[in-house]
Amino acid sequence: MVQLTLPKNSTVQNGKHWPAPAGAKNTRSFKVYRYDPEDGRNPRWDTYEVDVDACGPMVLDALLYIKNTIDPTLAFRRSCREGVCGSCAMNIGGRNTLACTHGHADTPGKAVQISPLPSQPVVKDLIPDLTLFYAQYASIEPWLHTVTPEPQTEWKQSPEDRSKLDGLYECILCACCSTSCPSYWWNGDKYLGPASLLHAYRWLIDSRDEATGDRLDDLEDPFKLYRCHTIMNCAQVCPKGLNPAKAIAEIKKMLVERVV
Amino acid sequence: MTKSSSARFRTPMSRARGLGASHHGVGHFITERVSGLALVPLALWGVFAALRLAGLGFDGAAAWVAIPHNTVLLSLLIVVALVHLKGAVQVVIEDYIPDFTTKTVLVLANLFVCVLGGALGVVAILKVAFTGAL
Repeated sequence: MVQLTLPKNSTVQNGKHWPAPAGAKNTRSFKVYRYDPEDGRNPRWDTYEVDVDACGPMVLDALLYIKNTIDPTLAFRRSCREGVCGSCAMNIGGRNTLACTHGHADTPGKAVQISPLPSQPVVKDLIPDLTLFYAQYASIEPWLHTVTPEPQTEWKQSPEDRSKLDGLYECILCACCSTSCPSYWWNGDKYLGPASLLHAYRWLIDSRDEATGDRLDDLEDPFKLYRCHTIMNCAQVCPKGLNPAKAIAEIKKMLVERVV
Repeated sequence: MTKSSSARFRTPMSRARGLGASHHGVGHFITERVSGLALVPLALWGVFAALRLAGLGFDGAAAWVAIPHNTVLLSLLIVVALVHLKGAVQVVIEDYIPDFTTKTVLVLANLFVCVLGGALGVVAILKVAFTGAL
């Protein structure tokens, strides 16, 4: 059977409580997953009391506050701080999202609970190992495939055909969708996952691409594509408001169209 | 996610590509949807049939099964339901059983049970229809 409980050395234990800095009036608790592969200890929940008057409104602001003023050993990824790069994807209050665009006031409950994206190996603290996720994306060959000699100018495309790429090209590969998908949890080594499949569809419907059949060939597989059971977690959590489940359904429709 | 010791030394791309696409799956997808669609009227008719049979008694039920359109619809209900069941249970097994041997044994057992159930059901209906219930 699939593994439904954490192995003993992955069980999360209670960690340290970090009190609010002296003089803080308006505080909120942040319960953060901590794990260091080099100390040989189990992961733990550290609780930080954050002075919300002294930090910005987003969860990333609170994490930066913790790192800068309370505990510099906390590790997490971040870059653009405006929902463009996808680096700070993590599980906040039980839901995958971007720490930079999610307000800590919008997270209900006493404490804001933050853990790394689910189902992926953890490198340290809030940093998941997304190597396989990126390789799966690369495996769908996300670039234009053509055999026609390259034109003197650009490959032309009508405005209507260009508009078909809207809702697809905006994906920032943050991995919120794939790591929220139970099918990806159970069969993440064989199922490509919503993010890669959304990108696969983006190239399948690109009017300039000449390898549509080959791309469909490479997707037609009970595991690579058909593990999607339209659970819709992907569309629920996508911080860019995209709908990978719909893109996957469109791929399935294209495969039906090919044989009917 | 299954992890063998050799998997650690394979490149991520090698793991992502795995054994490649099997180039099948669309048939299963279509079968599940078409059988599901066919089951809407068939199952509704099945409920109606069950209610009707309950009040007929043994001889009445046997005579009811022997009416040609009832024989055909009962046989179709059993075959279509089992085709749908076989596909659905196979997906559940593939979802939750990562071990290759266990998965293969269960997928085959599912196939055999569904085929056997279908054969028994259809033969029983035909026997009642053509030679009576006794």
